[in-house]
Amino acid sequence: MTSVSLRDIAKSYGATPVLKGVSLEVAAGEFLTLVGPSGCGKSTLLRTIAGLETSDRGSVAIGDRVVDGQRPKARDVAMVFQSYALYPHMTVEGNLALPLRMRRLSAWQRLPVIGRALPGAVEVTELIAHDVREVARSLAIDGLLARKPSQLSGGQRQRVAVGRALVRRPKVFLMDEPLSNLDAKLRIEMRSELKELHRRLGITFIYVTHDQCEAMTLSDRVAVMMAGELVQVASPQDLYADPQDVRVATFIGSPGINLIGATVDANGTVRVAGTVFGLATGLAPGSVELGIRPEALHRVERAGVRTLSGRVHLVEHLGSDLLVHVTTDGAARPVVARMTPAQGRDLKRGDAVHVAVDAANVLMFDADGRRLRPPATPALLPQAHG
Amino acid sequence: MLAGLGLAGPALLLLLALFLLPTLSIFVIAATDWQFGAQTLAFVGLDNFSALFADPTFRRALINTLGFVAVVVPATVGLGLLVALLIESDRSLRGFYRAVHFLPFMATLAAMAVVWEALLHPTLGLVNQVLAAFGAPTANWLRDERTALPVLAVIAIWQNLGFAMVIFLAALKAVPQELYDAAAVDGADAGYDRLQTVTLPLIAPATVFVVIAVAIRAFETFDPVLILTHGGPANASELLLHLLYVESFDYMRTGYGAAVTVVFLLIIMALTLAQARVMDHRRREP
Amino acid sequence: MRRHPLSWPARTGRHLVLATTATLVAVPFVWMLSLSFKAPSEITAGFSLLPQHWHAVENYTLALTASPLLRFLANGFAVCAAILAFQILISAPAAYAFAKLRFPGRQALFALVLIGLLIPHQVLALPLYVLCWKLGILNTYAALILPFVVSPLAIFLFRQFFLGIPDDIIHAARLDGLSETAIVFRIMLPMALPAVIAFGALSVVVHWNDLFWPSIAITSEHLKPPTLGIIAFRDQERGSDYGPLMAAATIVVLPLLAAFLFAQRWFIAGLNAGAVK
Repeated sequence: MTSVSLRDIAKSYGATPVLKGVSLEVAAGEFLTLVGPSGCGKSTLLRTIAGLETSDRGSVAIGDRVVDGQRPKARDVAMVFQSYALYPHMTVEGNLALPLRMRRLSAWQRLPVIGRALPGAVEVTELIAHDVREVARSLAIDGLLARKPSQLSGGQRQRVAVGRALVRRPKVFLMDEPLSNLDAKLRIEMRSELKELHRRLGITFIYVTHDQCEAMTLSDRVAVMMAGELVQVASPQDLYADPQDVRVATFIGSPGINLIGATVDANGTVRVAGTVFGLATGLAPGSVELGIRPEALHRVERAGVRTLSGRVHLVEHLGSDLLVHVTTDGAARPVVARMTPAQGRDLKRGDAVHVAVDAANVLMFDADGRRLRPPATPALLPQAHG
Repeated sequence: MLAGLGLAGPALLLLLALFLLPTLSIFVIAATDWQFGAQTLAFVGLDNFSALFADPTFRRALINTLGFVAVVVPATVGLGLLVALLIESDRSLRGFYRAVHFLPFMATLAAMAVVWEALLHPTLGLVNQVLAAFGAPTANWLRDERTALPVLAVIAIWQNLGFAMVIFLAALKAVPQELYDAAAVDGADAGYDRLQTVTLPLIAPATVFVVIAVAIRAFETFDPVLILTHGGPANASELLLHLLYVESFDYMRTGYGAAVTVVFLLIIMALTLAQARVMDHRRREP
Repeated sequence: MRRHPLSWPARTGRHLVLATTATLVAVPFVWMLSLSFKAPSEITAGFSLLPQHWHAVENYTLALTASPLLRFLANGFAVCAAILAFQILISAPAAYAFAKLRFPGRQALFALVLIGLLIPHQVLALPLYVLCWKLGILNTYAALILPFVVSPLAIFLFRQFFLGIPDDIIHAARLDGLSETAIVFRIMLPMALPAVIAFGALSVVVHWNDLFWPSIAITSEHLKPPTLGIIAFRDQERGSDYGPLMAAATIVVLPLLAAFLFAQRWFIAGLNAGAVK
């Protein structure tokens, strides 16, 4: 089991900084996902770990070995690429065998035709074929060994790509958006297979995706990257409930978190659109943003201590839930509340509605997007109606 | 819709008149003993063809041409690939190198043949002057029957190497970078391994295309023969297309010339069809 | 293409090899220029790249006056332009018909176009010579132009491009009252400009450089295109001064080379387009 350690990795392409000093410790055997919007640098970081890119600054260690300057093949990592990068002219067997051939056969032994005649070549080749068959069996692709990649479906190609990575028994398994080329149903299927694979092998997985849902379901820990920086690393649960940055809060969770602008006056009273919003803080005066998850909002009969009032803009029926979009004075975009069909059954567009939230479920962010954790004053906390 | 026929009509009629009927008539003329300008002609069946294959000049031309192609094609393709690989491997001066190597292909061969004649001049030419300066043996390159054809081969390689290079450059650019990354992770990151694992297999369609295209161009070599050697000395540098020209238009042995034309046509068509077949094959394979 | 730039020894090696091949390839051009600048005495004197006394003006003047070089160039321009104009005029409507219109025998007739692609032009020389003779146009501009007015390659390439243009644009044009011919020249061709330019570059190169057909069809000096012209000049000057001859060669080669250096992209696109067939 091998850990991976990144210290202060920075890289620029010309004048454009892509990674701005990223440090990260990946524990041995953990499934860690790098997630973030396109262009945030997550793929570059993964490629730096693999040795396909060299950073301008910083150091990578795999296990307890510093691998800076070492070529990919020396780092004992395996990688699955977004478009699988299978060798189109080789059969599945050829694809799976190549990494082993590169390692176990000398350049002379790899020469076509004459290589096979050299001493030792035949035995090694048979061993390689045996290992290939084993890996193929474990991924249920042993029936496809004679086919070429162009004759495989997307899901089958993905398995071959995984197989090619596994066949070397690497210490670290890197994956660069391996599911993004699959259709939705297949994606969900492969997700659970990957999770199972991780459980079975127990090696360190570092996974890159832009899909926060994938990141949340697969990982032990998630590292959120934005614009070349690591914003937060935490378990999926902590990321959801306790985001450090408003960008993390908006990125994680679907439907997205509601953001409502508010002001804090000289007394520390929080107001939303002029109306007092029942939060006791002790914050300095200024503007803040309140983050409230849709499921934290519940419908109430009339305006109260911590309520938002407005008119229904849209009701989305999800079957098990309703998503009610409410235009309010406090927020530029409609506030989304999740409620049961029972709670919202009579609501239609244009209706007046009030939604309330418990104080504990309100996240606060300062003007720079950083999370504020003000001490709550219990005596002043009015309870919302249920 | 008749509009379609109307729009395509002129082109199709001209195609018929300028391509298809002439091609058919070649076969017909080849079966006669017609001399251009003569009033009568007689059908001689395959006599022209049997005369052709018995004619030492034709046999010499055919052997010369086959040998010529057998040398020019590997050399041009090999050099073109080498230059393309080198150019593509780094960014510096890429455009410059590409332009210089492509110039011979663009330069009017008739004019450059005249320049080659000056280059190869026994006393005034650069080649012999340089060789003499190094104490190496010189030769009367265009007048010596041992060197005339090889010299034409060099000129053909010089002219076509840019063509091969350009096609290879496009093919190399189309190889996905991800494959090289996968190969690097798999352990194939040294030059030879990259070539064998990724580069050469992926440019294989382009390679086949270039080989056949250069072969066709080599078979169609005419300008240097006409300008520099006239097929001499003693048919040492006689090539098929030049022979066709000489028989048909210098000697006016029209029927005979048509027979040479038929042989030429069959060779080129075979190559073109092979090329189309291979390209189609590759295109169908996703 | 690599993400890692080459190490400096590899980069130096690359430059060494490429510089060597580039130099070898450039030798004829350099020699051509060098001789075109030299006086006869210097040419015979010995080896040197640059002349002691620049004789360029004399050589180039002689090249332009001793034989009608400018006339040859003008012939070349005129003939290539005429051929290209006819090729587009005749092939574009046909390509449109094959791509977008239905008519009886469309498949079979397109097969004829494909067969045309297979036939090398030299094969047609003999019958076309007879045809031109019968038409009485031997040794005229018409003889240089007629055999090439229809180009199967143009039909093929344009059709390929036209196939990619959405049918709705054509429907809209018809509703606007455009005739089919107008659709071809006002809508389809302008939209296919890259293909037209690429084909145009290819056509000009092929016909400017053509020696085979002109040497069969043309005997009068005033009609000769640049290829025949330079040979005529060489035969005329045989045995005497190389200077003006090299100057003439430079002048003949210059238009295409200059065009290439300014518009490399189009020529290479033309090459790749011809390769696509």
